[in-house]
Amino acid sequence: MFDLDLWREIFQSINMNRTRSLLSGFTVAFAILLFTILFGIANGLQNTFAEAFVDDASNSIFINSGKTTKAHKGLQAGRRIKFKNEDFDYVKDEFGNKIEFITARIYRNAQASFRNEQNTYDLRAVHPDHQFLEKTKIKEGRYINQNDLNKKTKVVVIGRLVEEDLFLKTKALGKYINLSGIQYKVVGIFTDDGGDNEERKIYMPITTAQHLYGNNDYIDQISLTYNPEMNYDQALAFGNQITKKMKDRFSVARSDQRAIRVRNMAEGTKAVGQMTFGLSVIILVIGFGTLIAGVVGISNIMIFIVKERTKEIGIRKALGASPRSIVSIILIESIIITAIAGYFGLLIGMGVLELVGPSLKTYFIKDPGVSNSLVIGATITLILAGAIAGYLPAKKASRIKPIVALRND
Amino acid sequence: MLKINQLHKSYPIGDSSLHVLKGIDLKVEEGEMVAIMGSSGSGKSTLLNIIGMLDEADSGDYILDGLPIKDLTEKKAAVYRNKFLGFIFQSFNLINYKNALENVALPLYYQGMKRKERQEKALFHLEKVGLADWAQHLPKELSGGQNQRVAIARALAANPKLLLADEPTGALDTKTSHEIMAFIQQLNDEGKTILMVTHEEDIASMCKRVVRLRDGVIMEDKKVEQVRAEQYV
Repeated sequence: MFDLDLWREIFQSINMNRTRSLLSGFTVAFAILLFTILFGIANGLQNTFAEAFVDDASNSIFINSGKTTKAHKGLQAGRRIKFKNEDFDYVKDEFGNKIEFITARIYRNAQASFRNEQNTYDLRAVHPDHQFLEKTKIKEGRYINQNDLNKKTKVVVIGRLVEEDLFLKTKALGKYINLSGIQYKVVGIFTDDGGDNEERKIYMPITTAQHLYGNNDYIDQISLTYNPEMNYDQALAFGNQITKKMKDRFSVARSDQRAIRVRNMAEGTKAVGQMTFGLSVIILVIGFGTLIAGVVGISNIMIFIVKERTKEIGIRKALGASPRSIVSIILIESIIITAIAGYFGLLIGMGVLELVGPSLKTYFIKDPGVSNSLVIGATITLILAGAIAGYLPAKKASRIKPIVALRND
Repeated sequence: MLKINQLHKSYPIGDSSLHVLKGIDLKVEEGEMVAIMGSSGSGKSTLLNIIGMLDEADSGDYILDGLPIKDLTEKKAAVYRNKFLGFIFQSFNLINYKNALENVALPLYYQGMKRKERQEKALFHLEKVGLADWAQHLPKELSGGQNQRVAIARALAANPKLLLADEPTGALDTKTSHEIMAFIQQLNDEGKTILMVTHEEDIASMCKRVVRLRDGVIMEDKKVEQVRAEQYV
């Protein structure tokens, strides 16, 4: 199949007609350039969306309480619902097999100080599972553990920026931090992809908080992640089931929207998924549109080339060229021009993305770029496109009659 | 060598058709040098195209070297053209981006000959037409006479049985014409069969036989005393 002479013929033809080849390549290069940039920007947008949700696990469900707005079972509206430890245990026991991680939360503000530095931070009293729900990454030390809960130890895990703020350049691990007058030992430092705000938080064992702040067993919120093997519909049903059971437990009307609030991340995940999908479809349509325009462009130019080379093709035929060899010449020339020009466009496009990428962050486009699989896919597409673009002109060329081509005019 | 019987050809023009060849009978023996003459529209070029397998007759027989030429596929016609025929055109018809050597080697390429062998053979033929020193030049760097000699070398390269020349001197001045004719006569002396279309009497007189066409029929077919071209050079 590989015919060195054929390739020599083709490269000679391309080389001898540089302007022509350049012009035809330009269309394709430009089409691919546009395609790459569009695709990269779309990728950037998707990255932005994906990042917006990395803060928390995407299979989270949050259960909050509030005041009732409707009278129910002889109870008046305006009753404040407050969760207690037993409610946490109830959820844990009732839905145990569907739950991956579960934690209760108590929110406080804490005036934190170390030596002369002080600041106010969000304080969260939690169960050990909280680490996985919030996707907290331990940088040094450890997270809250069951032992802390059992012994109600005065330990805290602080965010990277808390350490930076209060401990300046020194290590916080193992030192004591003062929270509203009580000394806590720093047992861990964490980072979080959710942004600076997430790294200015302090975690402590939930039992310690309950003991020190009022000596009660109230909790502010129950957070859990459902079994990730559940599909979207199952997850929604699970969320509704929790809502129902909790409303019954607290004698709240089913239609009461305020007393028990369940926020299910599955809903948001679905919306983002749909949006990303829509975006991909739009990009694909635009991309293919540009590509088709490029193919039509090169096809046009190839037709012109065949016309221009009519005489040459006639001479070749008179000298004994078979129709097949004429088709090969035109077709392979078209494929080579398309492939090289397209690849050039791809490289320029990637270069442009690399160059302007960082400055696009303000426009919600993060890390725009194209994947390796796209590069390979594009290369194959280009070769196909070149073949399609060249086929009709090549067929036309093979039908040229030598006598028509060789007329003395 | 070549035998044509009752050859007819017409071209459609709008609704009617133009009957160009109206029953041509022609027989050419090996080693002959035949001039086909006639005014424009007489059908001489059509006849040459059919003989050259560039066009097909409507009816009649055409036998070349014992082989009936009929209903050829394009592929087969290409092979036959390559094997049996050498073409010389009025406007040379060299490929403009290929140098002299590459142009001469082209028919050999279509024979599937190896590159090295091809170039050696092409150079040999270029030498024969006296242009070995110009092998690397492009057609635009050569004069008309030189171009025609490259074309003749190309026609000879595949060692064809029959050389077909369509007004080979039509684009050349008198002196160069005579040089080319002297060269073609020399080829004929060496035994090549040559068929030439021309409308110039002095060129025709340099052949050995003149066939006159008018309105698609042969008016006259006679042997002539060959005028040697060397004497004018």
